[in-house]
Amino acid sequence: MKMNRRDFLKLTGTGTILGLAGLGLFERVTEEAIAAQFSKDAKALNAKRWAMIVDLRKFKTEEDYRRIINACHSVHNVPDFGNPKDEIKWLWTDTYEHSFPGQEHEFMPEWLEKKPIPLLCNHCANPPCVRVCPVKATFKSPDGITQQDYHRCIGCRFCMAACPYGARSFNWRDPRPFIKKTNNEFPTRTKGVVEKCNFCTERLAKGLKPACVEESNGALIFGDLMDPDSEVRQVLRKDFTIRRKAELGTQPSVFYIIGGSENV
Amino acid sequence: MKRYVYIGIVAFIVIVTYPFWSAGKAKKPEPKLDTPEIQKLVEKKCVEPKEFMKREHMKLLNQWRDAALRDGTRVYVNSEGKEFTVSLQNTCMKCHSNKKKFCDECHNYAGVKPYCWDCHIAPKEEEGQI
Repeated sequence: MKMNRRDFLKLTGTGTILGLAGLGLFERVTEEAIAAQFSKDAKALNAKRWAMIVDLRKFKTEEDYRRIINACHSVHNVPDFGNPKDEIKWLWTDTYEHSFPGQEHEFMPEWLEKKPIPLLCNHCANPPCVRVCPVKATFKSPDGITQQDYHRCIGCRFCMAACPYGARSFNWRDPRPFIKKTNNEFPTRTKGVVEKCNFCTERLAKGLKPACVEESNGALIFGDLMDPDSEVRQVLRKDFTIRRKAELGTQPSVFYIIGGSENV
Repeated sequence: MKRYVYIGIVAFIVIVTYPFWSAGKAKKPEPKLDTPEIQKLVEKKCVEPKEFMKREHMKLLNQWRDAALRDGTRVYVNSEGKEFTVSLQNTCMKCHSNKKKFCDECHNYAGVKPYCWDCHIAPKEEEGQI
């Protein structure tokens, strides 16, 4: 087929126009369902950066730990596989030496060596888990909570490797048969996703404080770190607090009051 | 020689379209709406009009997911100005408590396998109910 320059230009021009029109049509078909309106509940608790203070002085008995862990794990359908290899942790405990490595020394009081420290996701302002997630399943929400979208998680476990606090757990097995009593208001997770504490974002949206805080009898203090009048800021002004591995630059939002002889 | 080419083309078309015309007419499922919660409603309306929900519910659910999880906006204001809590488990399924009749039948018919129920808890239904 012979074609002169003029015909060739005409043909490519028409082709381009048709292509663009098709693209416009495609976008029309695939656009959002409706320009919907979303808003927040009037009762919702709002903050710029949610934070927590763990007052170790107020944890006296085993029951004090059990109560907050149960509260968290039962509202969020956290399974109990009964073996540490598969363990799913949202809120758990460990020794002082493991929680604050480098802070321990051979002359520290015996009670502190033995005392379990309540641990949870630190909801870092500079979270390494968010940086490494290849699918943006883990993200930082505007209220400072490090959240995870289980719809997106591909189970690569980069975040688990990145988190210096061990705050993330992987579902090696289907968790459903291992949930003692299912809370039908909250989803479970599925095999192959990583999960963690969500600072009870679903409760904050309804105007409720986190489940562990509610059950802690004042041992856990929760509030907005960016509000100078909030309860957490008032306590931070008054008491000496430490954070886990703050030297790594993750800027954790969970603070610990270790206290002294009143712990004995 | 040309004859064989035409026969070949016809044979090709027959083979490729075989699944479409051989399947016969499967009965189109009718999603059931007679759950106790829906019967209780004075005005039997979903969050958006029925036709819209039929066609676009999957897009709406994705929008709901992103609004609740990513933006933290958990109240949906529909086209009539009515407000709903953004939740598959606590809003959608409270009314549509007949997942097997309401969700599964159509999804099976259309051959789609949404993974909603891997995590979201389906409402309890009596055994034997399809």
